[in-house]
Amino acid sequence: MATQQTRSLARFMMAPSVVLLFVWMIVPLVITIWFSFQQYNPLNPIRDGFVGFSNYALFYSNPAFLQSILNTLTLVVSVLLITVIGGILLALLIDQPMWGQGIVRILVISPFFVMPPVAALVWKNMIMHPQYGVFADIARFFGAQPIDWFGQHPMLAIIIIVAWQWLPFATLILLTALQSLDGEQKEAAEMDGAGFVSRFIYLTLPHMSRAITVVILIQTIFLLSVYAEILVTTNGGPGYASTNLPFLVYQKALLEFKIGQASAGGVIAVILANIVAFFAMRAVGKNLDK
Amino acid sequence: MARAVTTQHKTIATVAAWIVALLIFFPILYTIITSFKSEQEAIQGFSIIPSGTFESYSEVQAQSGYFKFFFNSVLLSVGSTILALLVAIPAAWSMAFSPTKRTKDILMWMLSTKMMPAVAVLFPIYLIFRDTGLLDSRIGLMIMLMLINLPIVVWMLYTYFREIPGEILEAARMDGASLWNEIVYVLTPMAVPGIASTMLLNIILAWNEAFWTIRLTTTEAAPLTAFISSFSSPQGLFWAKLSAASTLAIAPILIMGWFSQKQLVRGLTFGAVK
Repeated sequence: MATQQTRSLARFMMAPSVVLLFVWMIVPLVITIWFSFQQYNPLNPIRDGFVGFSNYALFYSNPAFLQSILNTLTLVVSVLLITVIGGILLALLIDQPMWGQGIVRILVISPFFVMPPVAALVWKNMIMHPQYGVFADIARFFGAQPIDWFGQHPMLAIIIIVAWQWLPFATLILLTALQSLDGEQKEAAEMDGAGFVSRFIYLTLPHMSRAITVVILIQTIFLLSVYAEILVTTNGGPGYASTNLPFLVYQKALLEFKIGQASAGGVIAVILANIVAFFAMRAVGKNLDK
Repeated sequence: MARAVTTQHKTIATVAAWIVALLIFFPILYTIITSFKSEQEAIQGFSIIPSGTFESYSEVQAQSGYFKFFFNSVLLSVGSTILALLVAIPAAWSMAFSPTKRTKDILMWMLSTKMMPAVAVLFPIYLIFRDTGLLDSRIGLMIMLMLINLPIVVWMLYTYFREIPGEILEAARMDGASLWNEIVYVLTPMAVPGIASTMLLNIILAWNEAFWTIRLTTTEAAPLTAFISSFSSPQGLFWAKLSAASTLAIAPILIMGWFSQKQLVRGLTFGAVK
């Protein structure tokens, strides 16, 4: 029974959100695209001007570029694998009848609420520090040489930290999905003699598939733009060993003031995110209908 | 047959789950423990019993004016959340109660803005902020955080509002309630739980946002994320202080988070998992 009046009212009520988001998305993006075709250096404005695609060529020929794309993808895929597989196992474990389930849940979910700089610094200094960290203490206890995590395995170290932050999220979502599984179905399967493994493959996993999709999509959005964790641990190093695309763009823009190249990198980041977004939107859109 | 749970099964599950949970929680626990140690103790190898000194806490405040950052974090997260709610509630309300053919597209489009990588617009935003004097200002950052979280806020409110039965509104309308009365006396009481949940999750997200809060601030508007990040540069023996600062930075949000597990699932999966 939407009358003309309520319809225009609805439009009026939606306008602020839509306009704000539209401006927030379009204006900076257009400026970025514009800069990506310019030579622009706020410190040295003499040679400024239109340069065509040379920023893209420069960014592309920079050895750090391929490295950063590779690092970005390595980080996303590794953390996804760890958190989804780990999350399923953890959710299955926590779903078992036990004493103190509520407290277990709280302990497991906690890392998700730790702000990224704190998470990174705690791991860097107290857990992974080659001299004073807990890992070093453990290594020495077993008579082994402590590992210099951020010097020798910077990507692995960052993957561990980011996975620690996101494992709780995956676990919580998957556990919620698991707990909505119909108990009678499970019983019926058990009565029919289905073992734990076949129950898991034919009943539990299909039931969790939507939750798993959502976990993968949401995490991918956030994992594509990991920043603070790299900033406070390795600062992208050694060399470019742990520089991801966002971090490279940040370095070009705010440290080297190569705005043109940074903008070209930004545009590439947008394209990368859009490829992911395309699949994400489709999956979330399907869920909206249910 | 009721599912018989043997005590043995339960014991094994309990032990296994507690071990895993404590391992996952360990970095946080160790940070809290270390915050009650002296700097000397903090680097003297692994120990889980601190001497129980509070000196790190008082030193953090004395040396860096910790509470200014804390105050900024509170102001920014709560302020940006209220701004976002003011903008989002009418939008979500109209989408939930007078949906059109395009409602779904608009919702999807809003969500898609969330996928734009922040770095892609870092420099333009930096320029705009610099030229308008918003750099390192609380209000600028508040607007920024509001924009970042607006899509999630609209979505979450929408999924909550959609569950309010439309018939109640129609009944109110039949009884001659004006739109204003309809909103104030009928809708608001039913919407409050959803709005509260949305608020809770959004405060958590804004509190922990660690890109714009670090890059657009220097001293005045810097919240805890920026303050903690500044600990990364000086090499030295500062672990007890770092732990104290970290503990204070995460404690309020950790406790809020414990109470918002359900909302978190719902909000971050856009209602797809409940």
